[in-house]
Amino acid sequence: MDTGGNWSRHQGALRHVRICELSGQLAGAGATRILAAFGAQVIRIEDPVTKGLWDIVRQLGPMINNDTSHEGGSGFNNHNVEKLGVTIDLRKERGKELLRDLVRRSDAVTENFSSGVMGRLGFDYDDLKELKPDIVYVSNSGFGHSGPYTPFKSWGPIVQAVGGLTFASGLPDQQPAGWGYSYMDHTGGYMMAVALLAALFHRRRTGEGQWVDMACMEAAASLNGPGLLDATVNGRPLARPGMPNSNRSQYPLMAPHGIYPTVEPDRWVAIACRDEADWAELGPLLDAPVGDRFADLDTLDKVTAAWTGQRTRGEVVAALRPRGVPVAPVLLPSERCDSEQAAIDWGLFPTAVHTKHGRVRVDGLPVHMSRTDWQIEHGGPLLGEDNVRVFHEVLGIPVDEVERLHDAGVI
Amino acid sequence: MGPLDGVRVVELTDELSAWAGKLMADLGADVIVVEPPGGSRQRSYGPFLDDEPGPERSLYWWHYNTSKHSVVLDGSDATDRARLATLVGGADVLLAAHALDRASFAADNERLITVSVLAPENSVDLTLLAEGGPAWSCGYDDHTLPPVRGGGNQGFHTASHWAVISTLVALLEREESGLGQHIDVSALAASNVTTELATYGWLSCGVEVQRQTGRHANSVVSMPTQLRCADGRYVNAGIIARKPAEFDIVLAWLDSHGLRDEFPLTAFLEMGSAGMEITGATLRDDPVVLEVVMSVREAQEFVANRVPAYEFFTSAQRFGLAAGIVYAPEELFDDPHLQARGWPTAVEHPELGTTHTYPGAPYRFSATPWAITRRAPLLGEDQPLLAP
Repeated sequence: MDTGGNWSRHQGALRHVRICELSGQLAGAGATRILAAFGAQVIRIEDPVTKGLWDIVRQLGPMINNDTSHEGGSGFNNHNVEKLGVTIDLRKERGKELLRDLVRRSDAVTENFSSGVMGRLGFDYDDLKELKPDIVYVSNSGFGHSGPYTPFKSWGPIVQAVGGLTFASGLPDQQPAGWGYSYMDHTGGYMMAVALLAALFHRRRTGEGQWVDMACMEAAASLNGPGLLDATVNGRPLARPGMPNSNRSQYPLMAPHGIYPTVEPDRWVAIACRDEADWAELGPLLDAPVGDRFADLDTLDKVTAAWTGQRTRGEVVAALRPRGVPVAPVLLPSERCDSEQAAIDWGLFPTAVHTKHGRVRVDGLPVHMSRTDWQIEHGGPLLGEDNVRVFHEVLGIPVDEVERLHDAGVI
Repeated sequence: MGPLDGVRVVELTDELSAWAGKLMADLGADVIVVEPPGGSRQRSYGPFLDDEPGPERSLYWWHYNTSKHSVVLDGSDATDRARLATLVGGADVLLAAHALDRASFAADNERLITVSVLAPENSVDLTLLAEGGPAWSCGYDDHTLPPVRGGGNQGFHTASHWAVISTLVALLEREESGLGQHIDVSALAASNVTTELATYGWLSCGVEVQRQTGRHANSVVSMPTQLRCADGRYVNAGIIARKPAEFDIVLAWLDSHGLRDEFPLTAFLEMGSAGMEITGATLRDDPVVLEVVMSVREAQEFVANRVPAYEFFTSAQRFGLAAGIVYAPEELFDDPHLQARGWPTAVEHPELGTTHTYPGAPYRFSATPWAITRRAPLLGEDQPLLAP
């Protein structure tokens, strides 16, 4: 780790870690945002020529304060809190030199370009190892750096499709519902963070760096649950009549188990009946057939829906929660973010200060650590916002020289 | 040898955090799962080997407990409680899916990292995903159909991912300070921050999303991205072209299927190819720009109607057009790319005399590879670890 001082903006758990980030979109940015919230100094490298727009998230809606420029993307701000932003034109030799110098002073480099891009720029793992033998290098791409799909392109919904997650989410006799957002951008980011932290831990103890090739398709594929073994061990595929039905419980078996309508249009409530004790509470409330509740799940769902359909979400929850039956309203974003006491008590949606837009609420972290907790105060960096700070303070370049680099279009 | 080699984790068994233990165990940590007499509840969950229940036949247990060790301890027995204290005293991490009294475990081991994965009382994966936000965003354009829970226990997985991330942060920090600490992980909060623009769109822009079939929930209705191909299977192909070169690619792709002349909207693609400013603003203001953009969509449908899903996927990708086949999970084991990368992983079950195929590495470490070092433990198989 860098022992030259604490480069982070706060005294976090990872204040000794410096990451040179060439990743972006949501998956790559999402991984390093976590480390930044724990105090790692994450230096985001962006292209001045395209105003950072190789990462389309910079200008992807919804836009903060209707700012349609590259400083307005709400996802960009959310996923780049607590990071430093610099610009380097990597087409220029002087730009490459600047990046080489940053790599020499970093613990890790992250990127999520398509396979081959970093190599063409002269920054694949072998190149980086020359610059810093113990560098940790984490690549996150859709399909990884070997195998027949290596050149293929992707984003969240595509790796969710090829990774089996889209198929596994839906109702019978319908096309796949899939995920209504890039679940694998989040989760690919989480797995990338696991890989990055594990590799940093190994390096901290042994001095050995390494390269992690993460393919989001494989990460997604590993998330399909125990049904994968039902297929390989028992030969029972998920693609079979009546399946998938992901609102039903597969493992363990529960019934009823589903998302049911309420008296209000498009407001829903989830109910799960785990065992006979739950059923003894729920069953008498329903106009249910006596006997085996597993015998006819379609009828059981209809009976359950008939009961919930006469009530509001609040009434269903009030009826079942005191009885110990698993129940939850399907909450809208506005309800989750503004009204849920648990989220407020947790401090789950902190306010970060964006240099152009001021105070903006963002995702916090769903963990709290007793000694070295996370902290989010700064929003995503403006394009090149930290050029002077990084090139002067980290690389030791005189401020007037930084200005000349800017005037020459190098940064 | 994995990157977490030498890290000892004591995991008090629970389905909410089992995935966290597995992730660390497959990365080389020495994970000892503590089961009650009679075994973890997970052992009673199906599916079962040959559909016959039994504590050593649960594929649920097999899946979530690879590379771990098992000891049995009776929490109601004073001797066993003392043995647990001894076990934890020699550990780096104590992982549990309930609140922990850190002081009672860390009195003699200030380096201990205690991790509590917490969920509301009487939660299951379904209720976490309903209350935590994901369900609202998943489902169909037809809102008489209910929102959909994403399959595969993702509420549990998400909580576990955060448990592993925060544990690793604490392990790295301990290298500097020499001190452990306590970590609370909220499973409900974990889903709450794993919903992309549903959350940050509301937080920063006051936008509330609505679910749409097979694509991003949004405040505005977007173009479908899921296409049914000639073989009845689906692809996801939200291809968007903005630059002339991107339209050229779509045209070349049509050519490769011999469909350029047959496709009725080729003229619009050619307008895109000739150059046109396609931005949010021009899309709003100029109907022709919209037609040009839509022609890419129409071209995809035109091809989908004529070729099977796998051919659509690979032919589009060969031209640099991002698309993906909607695979059923079981098909992943036969996919040529994952086979070439060695993703399907053979795991021996010596007591059965069989070898079974498991899902493989989510990430590839060049120096310290991910590995399933052993099939899930038999009940109490590693009881000797309790010996002083």
